[in-house]
Amino acid sequence: MNTKIAIERLRLSFGKNEVIKNISINVYHNTITGFMGPSGSGKSTLISVINKMIDFEDNVKIHGKVSIDGIDILGNSSNPVSLRRRVGTVFAVPIPLPRSIFENIAYGPRLKGISGRRELHNIVEDSLKKAFLWDEVKDRLNLSALKLSGGQQQRLCLARTLALKPEIILLDEPCSGLDPISTAKIEDALNELKSDYTIVLVSNNTKQIARITDFAAFFYMGELIEYNTTDRVFTTPLEKQTEDYIQGKFG
Amino acid sequence: MIEKSLLKERFVKLVLLLFALSSLLFLFLIFMFIFSEGSPLFLKVGLWKIISGSKWAPTKGFFGIFPMIISSFLVTFGALIIGAPMGLSCAIYLSEYSGKRMKMFLKPALELLAGIPSVVYGFLGVVYIVPLVRNYLGGSGFSLLSTSIILGVMILPTIISISFDALVSVPKTYREGSLAMGATKWQTIYKVILPSAKSGILASFILGMGRAIGETMAVIMIAGNALKIPGSILDPLRTLTGNIALELSYASGDHRLALFSTGVVLMVIIMVLNYVANFGINRKIVK
Amino acid sequence: MRINPRIINKIVEMGLNIQAFFTVGILVVIVAIIFFKGFPYLNPEFIFAFPDDMGRHGGIFPSIVGTIQLALLSIVFATPLGVGTAIFLTEYTRESTFTKLIRFGVESLAGIPSILYGLFGFIFFVIKLKMGWSLLAGVLTMTIMILPTIIRTSEEAIRSVPRQLRIVSYSLSATKWETIKKVVIPAAAPGILTGIMLSVGRAVGETAAVIFTMGSSLRLPLSLMDSGRTMAVHFYILAREGISMEKAYATALVLVLSILSINVLAYYVMHKAMSKYS
Repeated sequence: MNTKIAIERLRLSFGKNEVIKNISINVYHNTITGFMGPSGSGKSTLISVINKMIDFEDNVKIHGKVSIDGIDILGNSSNPVSLRRRVGTVFAVPIPLPRSIFENIAYGPRLKGISGRRELHNIVEDSLKKAFLWDEVKDRLNLSALKLSGGQQQRLCLARTLALKPEIILLDEPCSGLDPISTAKIEDALNELKSDYTIVLVSNNTKQIARITDFAAFFYMGELIEYNTTDRVFTTPLEKQTEDYIQGKFG
Repeated sequence: MIEKSLLKERFVKLVLLLFALSSLLFLFLIFMFIFSEGSPLFLKVGLWKIISGSKWAPTKGFFGIFPMIISSFLVTFGALIIGAPMGLSCAIYLSEYSGKRMKMFLKPALELLAGIPSVVYGFLGVVYIVPLVRNYLGGSGFSLLSTSIILGVMILPTIISISFDALVSVPKTYREGSLAMGATKWQTIYKVILPSAKSGILASFILGMGRAIGETMAVIMIAGNALKIPGSILDPLRTLTGNIALELSYASGDHRLALFSTGVVLMVIIMVLNYVANFGINRKIVK
Repeated sequence: MRINPRIINKIVEMGLNIQAFFTVGILVVIVAIIFFKGFPYLNPEFIFAFPDDMGRHGGIFPSIVGTIQLALLSIVFATPLGVGTAIFLTEYTRESTFTKLIRFGVESLAGIPSILYGLFGFIFFVIKLKMGWSLLAGVLTMTIMILPTIIRTSEEAIRSVPRQLRIVSYSLSATKWETIKKVVIPAAAPGILTGIMLSVGRAVGETAAVIFTMGSSLRLPLSLMDSGRTMAVHFYILAREGISMEKAYATALVLVLSILSINVLAYYVMHKAMSKYS
């Protein structure tokens, strides 16, 4: 199994508050890896390190190494703009840009310099199909994205990310506000996508992790407690904490 | 590629920084030029002589602006006497009594009132208020009274909007608590809300004063042009602003310098007023 | 003898009602007087003709042009400066002594009365920089005058753009400036436009600062160095010299109508764009 993202001995603190305590983990190529754990365990912060959105926070101290395809991304020589073209993010609350569906998806490609109408249309169609949203909106691409339902908006956000043709897709609790049908659609999309992308899914929903991930990592209070294939973590967890969490004894 | 975009970002930040500094630059320029034109006369003739002198005949060497200073304050207080009660009542009405529809109607109306140019106020004052005062109260009509009336109306929007902000920022719980104890609405306003909004309301008065003391066009049209301190509210007067506006176009030499000295005095007074409004009182406002 | 507080309450409520209507009434009266007295003399000839005999006859065309030139050019200069300052204060710095200093500068500029702007513009632009009474001197002075308003309203508009929008843009690989240009400014546009229109209204109605910088020539300003009149200045001179009551009222009507329509337009833009983005 090739390693796509390698995190080595990562420590991160906001001021005096240590949020990530010496985490080392390898995320493998073309898999869906689940990051699970109760609130405050550091999983979202971990995501923000991988996509370098952590740069926008103040008072952050980071030690350790994070590399993608073997190349370090934490240092100053790493350009956040080109990184974020390779690492796409879907956030918990869908935030469409106040423009049409088409323009939402075309936003990223336009930044890359793509301006041909036909090329953009192809990208938009391709991305919407991959996000399982094309059929519902193909006749109204010029409609304002704000008019879509919550589930549709989240799939729009996924399509938006796919339009940049990233290698890695990070999703931070993407289904947290969605109904089961929308959740299922997104999970189906992710299943289809994993053959071409490396996917990290942060979720508080252990059943979702069990459903669709290949590897599962359990985080607690800034530490990595257990990491293995999803099968093993859920059927024969090595740590008591993991077992308790999966069984819902806390979280 | 990376360097190019980084350079562009740095360039943008630099340009915007310069834009932001321009405000300070302009302020500095304004201060510097008005003070540098106004100070020489203070040094030559004497600051005290100018500020306390009662005779203004600049072509003959008399630069006393004391009557103008007094007159400026008089119209300002006059404007406050007229505008503050009306303005405060309006603000209370808006915040405590009016419904949503009324608010939607009154707020644009207030902005419109604020948007009417001062020359129009001055004109209407000359055509309607001045004859009224002349016919019913005496004098020429061009008087402290007429000026105060017009200025009072002009500062209404300022007083109303700032007092309104102060009143609505009083927590709802204060009102509810008072009413729950059996007080009437007015008692609640009088005993609870007004004291709580006191500093904001005061700030609105002071800002209204700042506006009134800096007002020029309406004042020179209505106040008459007397160089003496007005003996009664029916007497004409000249304010600091009027002093500058009425003579600037034909003044030269020391005369012109004296107008700048007048500007310096005006500037100092307004700076003090603004300081009191923004820092002295706002410290008490719990934001 | 204690009067029943409930009676006092009722009386006060009635009084305040009257008070509020009275205040609105003042506005209505003002607009009504100007309208009814000025309307009879308002005709296309008035708008497009040149003034004759110092304004006793003819129209106010040069001063309309002068007003438009002054207002438009001032906006052209003040908008980039003002919006740029607002962007800098909100996006490129955190609150610090430096930002407080800049804000102090802006607030101070806002507090300076127009006659002092006239004084400054006169000594600096007209005399020292040898521009003479000119459109350019007027524009430069007016630009500084309206700058604080544009900065204030722009800053408020930019600050109210939700943080999440910026985060989304960054996550899609946009740089800071790209985010500002493509997401923040368009979202803040209604508020910024409102500030601009308020400033136009101010420029149209301003007299004291204009008369000592742009002058009061009756000619049509054809270049930046030409002197000219704005409607407000023309109106003031008509009134002060007692030249013509009818023309004065008519000019006042055009003045007030212009400012009124600008205000209405500002509101319309605000509401229309707000509904589009929410």
